[in-house]
Amino acid sequence: MTDHALPWLHPDRAEKLETALDTRILLLDGAMGTMLQGHTLDESGYRGARFAHGCDGHHDHAHDESCTRELKGNNDLLSLSQPDIIRDIHAAYLDAGADLVETNTFNATRISQSDYRMEALVHELNAEGARLARAACAAAERKDPSRPRFAVGVLGPTSRTASISPDVNDPGFRNVSFEELVDNYTEAVDGLIEGGADLIMVETVFDTLNAKAALFAIDAEFRRRGGRLPLMISGTITDKSGRTLSGQTPEAFYIALAHARPLSIGFNCALGADELRPHVQSLASLADCRISAHPNAGLPNAFGEYDETPEQMARTLGGFAADGLLDIVGGCCGTSPEHIAAIAAAVRGHAPRSRAREAA
Amino acid sequence: MSRRLTRLSGLEPLVLTPDLNFVNVGERTNVTGSARFRNLIKEERFEEAVEVARQQVENGAQIIDVNMDEGLIDSEAAMVRFLNLIASEPDIARVPVMIDSSKWSVIEAGLRCLQGKGVVNSISLKEGEEAFLEHARTIQRYGAAAVVMAFDEDGQADTLERKVAICSRAHALLTQQVGFPPEDIIFDPNIFAIATGIEEHDNYAVDFIEAARELKKRFPESHVSGGLSNVSFSFRGNNTVREAIHSVFLYHAIAAGMDMGIVNAGSLAIYDDLDSELREAVEDVVLNRRKDATERLLALAERFKDNKGETKVENKAWREKPVAERLSHALVHGIDQYVVEDTEEARQQSARPLDVIEGPLMSGMNVVGDLFGAGKMFLPQVVKSARVMKKAVAHLIPYIEEEKARTGDAGKSNGKIVLATVKGDVHDIGKNIVGVVLRCNNFEVIDLGVMVPAQKILETARAENADLIGLSGLITPSLEEMSQVAREMQRQDFRTPLLIGGATTSRAHTALRIEPHYEAGTVWVKDASRAVGVAQSLVSQEAVADFLDKIRSEYADVRERHRSRGAGKKLVTLQQARDNAWTRDWTAYDPPAPKQPGVHVFDDYDLTELRPYIDWTPFFQAWELAGRFPAILDDEIVGAQARELYDDAQAMLDRLIAEKWLRARAVIGFWPAQRIGDDVEVDTGADIPTTLHFLRQQADKPVERPNLCLADFVAPADAGKQDWIGAFAVTAGLGIEEHVARFEAAHDDYSSILLKALADRLAEAFAERMHQRVRTEFWGHAANEQLDNEALIAENYHGIRPAPGYPACPDHTEKTTLFELLDVTARTGIELTEGFAMYPAAAVSGWYFAHPDSQYFVVGNLTREQVADYARRKGWNQAEAERWLAANLAYEPD
Repeated sequence: MTDHALPWLHPDRAEKLETALDTRILLLDGAMGTMLQGHTLDESGYRGARFAHGCDGHHDHAHDESCTRELKGNNDLLSLSQPDIIRDIHAAYLDAGADLVETNTFNATRISQSDYRMEALVHELNAEGARLARAACAAAERKDPSRPRFAVGVLGPTSRTASISPDVNDPGFRNVSFEELVDNYTEAVDGLIEGGADLIMVETVFDTLNAKAALFAIDAEFRRRGGRLPLMISGTITDKSGRTLSGQTPEAFYIALAHARPLSIGFNCALGADELRPHVQSLASLADCRISAHPNAGLPNAFGEYDETPEQMARTLGGFAADGLLDIVGGCCGTSPEHIAAIAAAVRGHAPRSRAREAA
Repeated sequence: MSRRLTRLSGLEPLVLTPDLNFVNVGERTNVTGSARFRNLIKEERFEEAVEVARQQVENGAQIIDVNMDEGLIDSEAAMVRFLNLIASEPDIARVPVMIDSSKWSVIEAGLRCLQGKGVVNSISLKEGEEAFLEHARTIQRYGAAAVVMAFDEDGQADTLERKVAICSRAHALLTQQVGFPPEDIIFDPNIFAIATGIEEHDNYAVDFIEAARELKKRFPESHVSGGLSNVSFSFRGNNTVREAIHSVFLYHAIAAGMDMGIVNAGSLAIYDDLDSELREAVEDVVLNRRKDATERLLALAERFKDNKGETKVENKAWREKPVAERLSHALVHGIDQYVVEDTEEARQQSARPLDVIEGPLMSGMNVVGDLFGAGKMFLPQVVKSARVMKKAVAHLIPYIEEEKARTGDAGKSNGKIVLATVKGDVHDIGKNIVGVVLRCNNFEVIDLGVMVPAQKILETARAENADLIGLSGLITPSLEEMSQVAREMQRQDFRTPLLIGGATTSRAHTALRIEPHYEAGTVWVKDASRAVGVAQSLVSQEAVADFLDKIRSEYADVRERHRSRGAGKKLVTLQQARDNAWTRDWTAYDPPAPKQPGVHVFDDYDLTELRPYIDWTPFFQAWELAGRFPAILDDEIVGAQARELYDDAQAMLDRLIAEKWLRARAVIGFWPAQRIGDDVEVDTGADIPTTLHFLRQQADKPVERPNLCLADFVAPADAGKQDWIGAFAVTAGLGIEEHVARFEAAHDDYSSILLKALADRLAEAFAERMHQRVRTEFWGHAANEQLDNEALIAENYHGIRPAPGYPACPDHTEKTTLFELLDVTARTGIELTEGFAMYPAAAVSGWYFAHPDSQYFVVGNLTREQVADYARRKGWNQAEAERWLAANLAYEPD
């Protein structure tokens, strides 16, 4: 229904993206968390200079217990407290061959930041996260102008589920409403667009109703601005059942979200490439948009580590590409720039799914 | 361009392909159409209301229509509550929902509850174009299809012309002004009551049918639907006639193009089954074929007045079972409707109320846990099961309290446990089940929920003076967080035992990464069913010290094993191992020549002959019932279940043999052979002999215990004796797919698994029987052996039949050679997958060695040297060899 769609907010970038996707399989980056673990930041590392004195040094405010709350683990905060680390991680992935880098905003929503009492920073976290990713892309494009690079504004699932009750005694109960999620996502997506995101990605969808709320918020934000960005959606198949956490099959998941007319749909996280394949295949057989996959580096071993090597993962994903399943590919938990470089090499020369389908 | 199909979804997709013909929308969850449902909602009896939805889906509804429009009901709240409730019922939520209301606020509230793509029922031009289009845009933003009623500013369309005109106008507005997908438009051209005695109504059915025809012609991608029960409204109280009218109306409307309808899916009569006289009279009315049609039908209707005998199709067979099975059924299926009465019945049959929990309820929950662990249940179902469990327990609590008061055990709990899903993790189902189970066993449970920071857990434990702390998590970063909590407990000098659980946790991880950090005791709990035993040991004054000592030494062992595995056990060089090979004085041994050499094929082998050869112990292991057959049938704990399973297995065996569900085939062969080092050369008569490759044990062994290799059991070339080797492949799984599919289609996982397990057993039995015949007939090296089945299982015979991929010859790829030697695929239909697995799965293949001293053994770990030697013999590079022998490498490959 393109005739009823809004114009692009950044027509030149959207066009470059479409052109690139028509020619080759594009590389998404890998894990942010895994890279951050390498920095072994302690509490003061997470706080950086800005939050060193117990709270946000940029703003006057009344001091309360939130000022002393532990911030270690709030990876999204690093966009403000350690921007160089985040920029370097983006740069490492771009150097490894990523065409698209994801903003460090997975938990930058009011609901998720409430664990750290950092709700007031949500807009800034998203805007700054997008700025860092965009700046890293611009730097990479200057270094190698032959390929455009894109900053993907990430909207995570939040820690609550709109269609599953947290109370076993009351299956009708919900600890978050659709409206609340819409408000959360509106604030986040506004920041991402302001910071210069080239695309928006709703990812790690384990409850499709949360994703529908995100899409509802994005649509409203696009209408408010009179323009839109390309949209990626990536769900998560949680386990052997082959369904999302909220119980949907891949087909039901796609059908429930297709109204957003996404640029791409796919799956990420929870499973390794091998286990993910049948589910990506289900999507590929149904969806009329592009297909993405960014699996984990295998299934976790007994110690919770992901130990699939770049070569193993690249071999499997190379197989996806050879069979014409993919348009966009990258990595999730446990993946590194080495994984992305290996995957890039493995999919090189294989036509993207859209072209493979035309040929068929 | 091909026609775009309408796609809807609940938990599962519903794609309206042309072959679906007609989509049933369940009408019973509608307060305006069902007095029973209205009363349930009014009285807030939501659990029973949910059952109405379940019955509809069981009866074949492909979508369910939900309507809460009633003056005395808070429609918005009722819509939200009901939709949230059915979202937790996977066997209802699998179908899409049609949100039915005349109030827009109710529709929007409903849309905010649907994770799938549902249908809005309905929008119309009643309030003008602007409101109509605004509603359509909003529906698009939520992602739903829409029923468009033939209703405009002038009112509801009652003639063919107006029905078609309004629908056409709506279609144009929707597709042109807002880009609404045409396939998401479902017209409702209004079904009105006929045979009312008012002449203007006589043509209503015809008008609808003709409108359906015209609309489907004009807009083939869109759909035509309607509420069926209206049409027969004037025959209220006479269900036989009403159903006949419905059936005839649908027959003609569907033929014209109606492809969806809101119907009572449980009570649709089949057109051809109608009494012919009645059908004729109804057809006259529906098609408005004669003036006196209504009077004639009225006269006839008296004769077909039914005896209130509404047909119930719902599956209630489980209600006939003994109470323990009913409880288990209710738990597994998450049905809480009867759980209180069943629990009460079980209580009356039990000595103590607690027996009900420890008996049928716990075993039901164990089934749930197993199914979940095996990926056969998914999350919402487990939540439902926990809910049923809680209701049952809630019913029992007063009786348990009463008994405690009577026995003087004054309400003292077993102990207090703080449970939490650790920071960063939101998964709590397992933890919740553990909480339920512990509460059932008289523990006081303080559940802190999910994403709980370490400090909160420790503060609570201290404030509450907890006896135990339990941590749970599903995602892998939680493992590290658990380790952090343990360190923090140590730092803060806690003495409270720590329990670790959750899907990614393991004994190894707990032993290596958590337990060493915390002195007061850390225990990994495999699943909810073990939680009680662990918790009880930890709170018992008498048992705790011994229990923790045992755990500590067990975990120390795990660490030790892990370390020693890392360092590599002492292995000897390949040359040393070969020097210590098994050997015999070949001059004193005359290898027996096969009585019937060559290849023998057996097709359609008699399963009756194999049945007595079944080794039942692994069958029970497959079902996670531990114990040896036949003692297991009288086992104190699992005996009853084992017996039930065994009876079911015998019944299925009777049927599968009688009805020839499975076909058994085998091929065996024998060839002259000689040992060449660790290989065996087979003379097939071809120009070049075939070489079989084997591996040799490298453990450091005393001289009297040789470093074995299967090749040792064949006479070497220089022995001057002609030796032989044999091979076999058998299957009992040919034709299984059809029956597995049949069971799966009937959602009968139990029978499907049972059949697969039995096919496996029959294949093993076949291998055993073939080996026996080989020893006594075909090779004949033990012609006089007389062994019963127990002796066979105990392998009290001469000669072995090791299988490639198993401990004595762990290289699976050797199956390729075996398959070539016997031409297995062509002769038996067994195929080899690229991973060297056999299909059908119920298949066994291996080598035959006849030497009376040949024995089974475990090759074990291999050095890089032997792997390189093996690679050279196989024509592989080192990496390939390491890949196929990964489980046997004593070293880290490069």
